[in-house]
This record gives sequence, C-alpha cells and structure tokens, in this order.
Amino acid sequence: MIDPRGLRFAAWATTLVLAVVLLTSSTWLLAAQAVVFALGTRGANPYALFWRRFLKRTQPAELEDARPPRFAQLVGLVFAVVGVLGFAAGAPLVGLLATAGALAAAFLNAAFGICLGCELYLIIRRTTTKGVSA
Amino acid sequence: MTGLLLLGAVLLLSTAAGLAHRSRSGKVRSSVPEGSLVPLLAELGEAPGERATLLQFSSAFCAPCRATRRVLGEVVELVQGVAHVEVDAEQHLDVVRRLGILKTPTTLVLDAAGREVKRASGQPRKADVLAALGQALP
Repeated sequence: MIDPRGLRFAAWATTLVLAVVLLTSSTWLLAAQAVVFALGTRGANPYALFWRRFLKRTQPAELEDARPPRFAQLVGLVFAVVGVLGFAAGAPLVGLLATAGALAAAFLNAAFGICLGCELYLIIRRTTTKGVSA
Repeated sequence: MTGLLLLGAVLLLSTAAGLAHRSRSGKVRSSVPEGSLVPLLAELGEAPGERATLLQFSSAFCAPCRATRRVLGEVVELVQGVAHVEVDAEQHLDVVRRLGILKTPTTLVLDAAGREVKRASGQPRKADVLAALGQALP
C-alpha cells in the first residue's frame, strides 16, 4: 500500500522532465527518466521517495494499492526506451513522439488523477483475449 | 521547434481529454432494460438482491474499483434488500463483452427482476447511487 500523494508528486515531476526532453531532444535526460521508470516498476520511484523523505508533512487520508502505479511505470518505461532508441538511432521524430506519449500519460495522471493504463486495460484484454471465460 | 509544437499539442489535447473524462466518469445513466440478468448471476455463482442488485465489475489493476466497492458497500448497509455483487472482469471477459463493459469499475443497477436499469462507468458518487436505487426500487 502506498500514499497516493507521493505518486501525484512523481507524476508532476515526470511531466516536467518529459516536457524538457521534448524541448531539448536530450537523449540523456530521457534515458535518466527511463531509469526512474525502471525503479518505479519496483516500487522505488526516486521522485516519490524524495517526496516521502522531504515533503511529506501529514499522514494520508487513505492508501492505495501499489500494483496499478507499478504497471503504469512499466508503460512509461516502454515509451521512454522506445524514445531513447529513436534518438540514439538518428530518428528524432520517433524519440519525440514516444516522449509525447509518455508525457500525455504523466500529465493526465498528475493533473486529473487519471491512470491511462487502467482505463485502457480492459479494452485491450477484451480485444486480445478470445473465447470462453476462465 | 517540432518539440515545442508537440508539447503544446500534448498539453492541450490532454487537458481537453481530462476535462471530458472528469465530466463523464462515475455518472449514473439510465439503461434500456433488456432481459433479466438473474441467470447470468447464477452462472457467476451469485444471488440477486431481493429488491435490487448492484453489480460491480472490477479488475485487480484498478484503484477506483476499491473506492467503488466501499461506496456500494455503504449503500447496501443503508438500503434493505439490496445486494452488492462484485465480479472480476478479467475472469469473465465473455460476460464483459456481452454486456458491453469497456472499463472498470462499471456498476450496473439491476431492478427486482434482475433487469439492468442504470449503469455507471467510473467511480459513482454515493448520492447518485442512492438516487438511482430510489427510482429502481419497487
């Protein structure tokens, strides 16, 4: 179980970093963000850890399941890796579009509390899984 | 330059999408009642409520599903003869397709005969569920 406010802070930090990547096309910054996502999939997002260590003032009203945000970090990681490969392979448009995708997800999460992966998860399962119920 | 344009486009489109989502999510809407879902409940190994049933579809990767479970649990405490049934959407994808459920949580309000009379996708507000039940109950 985790404090949702730390996640929200992490989403804002991610939004900021990805916006800077879009403006600078910095492969290294996006690679750094990919590492952040990778740590996030293990429940150790550095932004969230920073929030918990230095900014947390009060106890949370309620805690959230840790699995959905980890899944979301994995989605972010995939976008970031595609972006880094795009920039590194001399296809900056691929890098920018992948970054834009990750930015949209991070911003929706930060500003509206929407988990894009969660919204689409069932639709993806519906269309990719055939046949009878388990 | 491309990056700046992309940044503007992403922020604009995401804001529009976020606002649209906010206004739609959790709204309790009327459904066109079709057949009874009591046989389907039996298939799932669940019994309908005496007067109404709140049928919630959830998934493991879903924070608002937990909040919805709590809201519907409180409603069931308040209104007699209403059952809350929670179904794992991923375990029953055929049911999910048959009922046209696109996301979790989705809550169906079934009347005493087991027909769907209301539907909310997203986390519904307690007052809205109570109002929907007020209309659905005999």
